[in-house]
Amino acid sequence: MTDVAVPNTTRKDWASDQEVRWCPGCGDYSILAAMQMLLPELGVRRENTVFVSGIGCAARFPYYMSTYGMHSIHGRAPAIATGLAVTRPDLDVWVVSGDGDALSIGGNHLIHAMRRNVNLTILLFNNQIYGLTKGQYSPTSEQGKVTKSTPFGSLEAPFNPVSVALGAEASFVARTHDMDRKHMQEMFRRAHEHRGAALVEIYQNCNVFNDGAFSQILGRDQRSEMLIPLEHGQPIRFGADGGRGVAMSSEGHLQLVDVAEAGEAALLVHDETREDPGLAFALSRLARGPFEPTPIGVFRDVVRPEYGAGMAQQILDAQERKGPGDLATLLASGGTWTVS
Amino acid sequence: MSTVIPRQTKELDRVVVRFAGDSGDGMQLTGSQFTTVSSLFGNDTATLPDFPAEIRAPAGTLAGVSAFQVHISDHDILTPGDAPNVLVAMNPAALRANIGLMDAGGTVIVNVDAFDERSLEKAGYTANPLVDDSLTGYTVYEVPMTSLTMEVGKQVGVKPRDAERSKNFFALGLVSWLYSRPVEPTLEWIATRFAGKDAVGEVNTKAFKAGYHFGETAELFESNYQVRPAPAEVGTYTNVTGNTALAWGLIAAAQLAKLPLFLGSYPITPASDILHELSKQKHFGVRTLQAEDEIAGIGSAIGAAFGGALGVTTTSGPGLDLKSESLGLAVNLELPLVVVDVQRGGPSTGLPTKTEQSDLLHAMYGRHGESPVPIVAARTPADCFDAAIEAVRIAVTYRTPVILLSDGYLANGSEPWRVPDVADLPVIDVTFATEPNHTADDGSLEFWPYKRDPETGARPWAVPGTPGLEHRIGGLEKAHGSGNVSYDTGNHERMSHERADKIAGIAKGIPAAEVDDPDGVGGAEVLLLGWGSTYGAIAAGVRRVRARGLAVAHVHLVHLNPFPANLGDVLRSYRTVLVPETNLGQLVRLVRAEFLVDAQGIAKMQGLPFHAAEIEAAVLQALGEDIAEPGNAEDAAI
Repeated sequence: MTDVAVPNTTRKDWASDQEVRWCPGCGDYSILAAMQMLLPELGVRRENTVFVSGIGCAARFPYYMSTYGMHSIHGRAPAIATGLAVTRPDLDVWVVSGDGDALSIGGNHLIHAMRRNVNLTILLFNNQIYGLTKGQYSPTSEQGKVTKSTPFGSLEAPFNPVSVALGAEASFVARTHDMDRKHMQEMFRRAHEHRGAALVEIYQNCNVFNDGAFSQILGRDQRSEMLIPLEHGQPIRFGADGGRGVAMSSEGHLQLVDVAEAGEAALLVHDETREDPGLAFALSRLARGPFEPTPIGVFRDVVRPEYGAGMAQQILDAQERKGPGDLATLLASGGTWTVS
Repeated sequence: MSTVIPRQTKELDRVVVRFAGDSGDGMQLTGSQFTTVSSLFGNDTATLPDFPAEIRAPAGTLAGVSAFQVHISDHDILTPGDAPNVLVAMNPAALRANIGLMDAGGTVIVNVDAFDERSLEKAGYTANPLVDDSLTGYTVYEVPMTSLTMEVGKQVGVKPRDAERSKNFFALGLVSWLYSRPVEPTLEWIATRFAGKDAVGEVNTKAFKAGYHFGETAELFESNYQVRPAPAEVGTYTNVTGNTALAWGLIAAAQLAKLPLFLGSYPITPASDILHELSKQKHFGVRTLQAEDEIAGIGSAIGAAFGGALGVTTTSGPGLDLKSESLGLAVNLELPLVVVDVQRGGPSTGLPTKTEQSDLLHAMYGRHGESPVPIVAARTPADCFDAAIEAVRIAVTYRTPVILLSDGYLANGSEPWRVPDVADLPVIDVTFATEPNHTADDGSLEFWPYKRDPETGARPWAVPGTPGLEHRIGGLEKAHGSGNVSYDTGNHERMSHERADKIAGIAKGIPAAEVDDPDGVGGAEVLLLGWGSTYGAIAAGVRRVRARGLAVAHVHLVHLNPFPANLGDVLRSYRTVLVPETNLGQLVRLVRAEFLVDAQGIAKMQGLPFHAAEIEAAVLQALGEDIAEPGNAEDAAI
């Protein structure tokens, strides 16, 4: 195949002709816009781009992209995308999922896609609620959450998606939110560049069933005090003028400190490439929920063997060893006798 | 080693040998090697491995008994035999669990060393059957297999515990002498199999030889036997199990269709060997994924199919349950997919290592909504090869998931197979869409993913990477043609019919049901209608009935959905239609509903295949003949 330059595209080229049907004011609109505006910058082709989703509000995403796409069944998108990605390494395969889809019904597929390090870019729209089924609590809803299915409050402790991903050996883990297009685009770009399984958690507002779930940290006036931007190689600081920071206590846990008090040298320097996910995990546990200062950005970006490439290599190795498969030889491989 | 001329060698036309011992005694290995040698020698063979679900149930107990039955003959045979002629029992439990299968007059060879008080007690014997008269009527040979094998071990210098494990090779050697089997293939096989484990290989070799020589020299056996090669069609033969043949059929089909093969599979008995076999064949470009669960097995195969690969998933009953929702997705996506169900006893975990045909209705109806899926069933171990190719042909031609039914009996059973010439295999045409296929109202060209082929009803297969054909598919109802999401009521009715008609239309492309009736269709009174692994027993039962001078017809279905176009007419040509199935009556229900014929089921639910005699009895009963009247089974060459 001749290497033809990727044609220039605009946001419009990546939008399908289908009417977008999310509720007015849904956070999903800004995520869709961020993606449609980013893709022209990534130097990729529409025909080589596939969005695979499960079920839920977020899962309608592929219908709105003028790429290849599959809106599959509840929770199974990572499994379906795995089959596609390992047989078609030439494609960019994105998985679009929500907190219920990825962490409840599809939890098993999500963790194993990350463990295997399949070359997938997984976007987890976390709105801490079931939207499409009209407002039941989700596996990321806070304990005590009152919903239609928990009129006396949810008894369940929530999952922290970043912690889950790190525990499942994901080689790239990031968090962003639907109020900051530039940050979303930067996280999507980084996740797309990563070879292997990349998970981006997106805090997303459901203005109908869980409005304001993230307002304590994402309100315009709250962000500087409540979001902790993670930047590789930099001391972790946040707050007005970077007055606050993250440091390791003498007991071995991470804590928030006043930089003036603790001293700059005490601050933890963020290293997303650390092989050991322990510190990234500790960072993911800094906030108990989106009501305390919360890290956003890339938690982890390490190089691990990519599953599909390994699979392809085993085929090449076998062909090198045995030559390409010959059917007649195979059928005779169990020992034969001849009747004449 | 030299083959000594035995004192007397008697000719037999066929013999059924059953090796039985503890799960850890290597009976499956022993039986399959005896089969291989017999096949290489030129006999026709048919096998029935019969083992427990537990890997190592408590030693010496009835629960832990593992058996391997093999039927060898000098003529074409169809079943592993109803009753064994010879039982090799490695311990009291093996004797107790299997003696009931033997006809009076049968031969029993026991490992007498294992008949101590403790082992007898574990097997539930209150008295030693070798000394009381419970085995009267059988010819019993008591052979000290353990102690003679330990003696061999001592010579080689291995620990007694390790030496003891070679006693199955002693048994194999003894039975090889008893039936005049050539020894070289087994010696070569031991050398290859235990290459690098010199001591183990040496003890096995010596134990095998010791067993052979024991038969020759001990004044125990009056004679030994010979079963001459069976006349067979000219060609090259091999011995295959159903699972191996099925795996090879998938590889062949992928080559014929020029598609890369992808298998997503979760380990499950008795289907796992297909995963194992395909995992070995990477040089064919085969990709295998041991998925995290059954759902991911089929999901990954659907993803691979979306990308233009031949997507396959393999499973057994419990796994088919879990795949149901994804199968429904594949029905709606209209992508090619092959789902292999190697059936076992159910419900739930059921009988994992025992055979049953009880998933037919599940394959047919086990999804919500109107969700038609073509079904293909293999009839013999070797036929799994052809059935796999046929399943793939239907899947890619009609862009549909196909369920391929095998079962535990076919999966583990083996038979000689005339290896087909690769050039004679059917061609499978697959064309991917490359161009838009629809002109919009404004004259612009578009791609409509659900615009059907007028002939087959198949939609175009447009794979990612094809410029200009970008499209979205999914589980929501599609608008006719454009494939956009549609909640339109009229459209849903139209699409439901289109999906149903597409599957029904497959009947146009499959052969008519073949009727085995020497008097022509409708000639006999009774028709036996079967599907899947009952083929051998039904065909053998037919031979037995005909050997009595009575008429009976046989139809055996490969395609269960849709049925062959002529099936209704064929069924209506017979006064009595009997449907033997190892379930409580599933095909019989389908044909009664479909064709309004008064077909009657013959059910067997023992985790075991039918015996030819059971089929014979059912036909005789239907004909009003006296079942007690002895037949001519030996002449029937079952």
